[in-house]
Amino acid sequence: MQVFGAAKYLPQRSKVMQSLDIFRSSKQTSPTGKLPVKKLHDGSEGQDLTDQRRITYTLDSSLDSVNKVEETAEQMARKAGVDEDEIFRISMAVREAAVNAVLHGNAYDPDKHMTASFEFTGSSLVIRICDEGKGLDPATLPDPLAPENLLRGSGRGIFLIRSFMDEVHFRQLHPGTELTLIKHLGTAPTGA
Amino acid sequence: MSMKISSRQVDGVTILDLGGRITLGEGSVQLRDSVRDLLAKGQKKILLNLGEVNYIDSSGIGELVSAYTTVRNQGGELKLLNLTRKVHDLLQITKLYTVFDVKDDEASAIAAYSRA
Repeated sequence: MQVFGAAKYLPQRSKVMQSLDIFRSSKQTSPTGKLPVKKLHDGSEGQDLTDQRRITYTLDSSLDSVNKVEETAEQMARKAGVDEDEIFRISMAVREAAVNAVLHGNAYDPDKHMTASFEFTGSSLVIRICDEGKGLDPATLPDPLAPENLLRGSGRGIFLIRSFMDEVHFRQLHPGTELTLIKHLGTAPTGA
Repeated sequence: MSMKISSRQVDGVTILDLGGRITLGEGSVQLRDSVRDLLAKGQKKILLNLGEVNYIDSSGIGELVSAYTTVRNQGGELKLLNLTRKVHDLLQITKLYTVFDVKDDEASAIAAYSRA
């Protein structure tokens, strides 16, 4: 069993910082036999994670991790009081960012991890997804709406993220990429 | 969470009834394998019924595009039936709605296939 600490990945500027940083991982065989899948146990089962203003996960480079990040985004968006359509957009954008980190960034490397932090500022949802890959230059991404790219089988993830979020920021890490997704909320929800 | 898929034949058209999620991994792979199996058996008139698909990600969208081009390149026809609002909106955003032949009625979809 490996134990990973998320604290080393956390930005230092946040004073409201709670992390769920202990994960016990065990390998499983993918149903398709093509993709690595790892079972995650983070000790958070049964807790209402959205009661916290900030949650940080350090996760394996697996599809289970992508699903967990997506579910957490959905929970936080629901807690923030946005409507169902917006919940769908936010959770999908976060899923796409997690897929990018795990698939394109870390390339399912078992020695690399994805860090996902979710912050509820009261007026915005701020989600940061970091990988440990070779880096991503968004300027080099082809336009998926260009006629010559329309029938490509891939390349729409970042486009969808930009379509669904209010702000999207890329930051190069060494190594890796940090993707920050921000959704501004109309008013501060009660208790935020 | 995973995708459900079943097939049936109507007037020479193979209808794949899809349900659940078409996402990176299992859903996309299932769809790809199903379309390849049909083509291998010479069944080139394919109608994807997406009425019970409640979620699709960029990988799933890419898989729909790949299925469309693969079938077309082999001289077949692939159409989409019964898009949910979410899938409809995603195809609009990605400018793919006009690429696919999208139907909302099974009988008219079947009738729209060429009779060659």
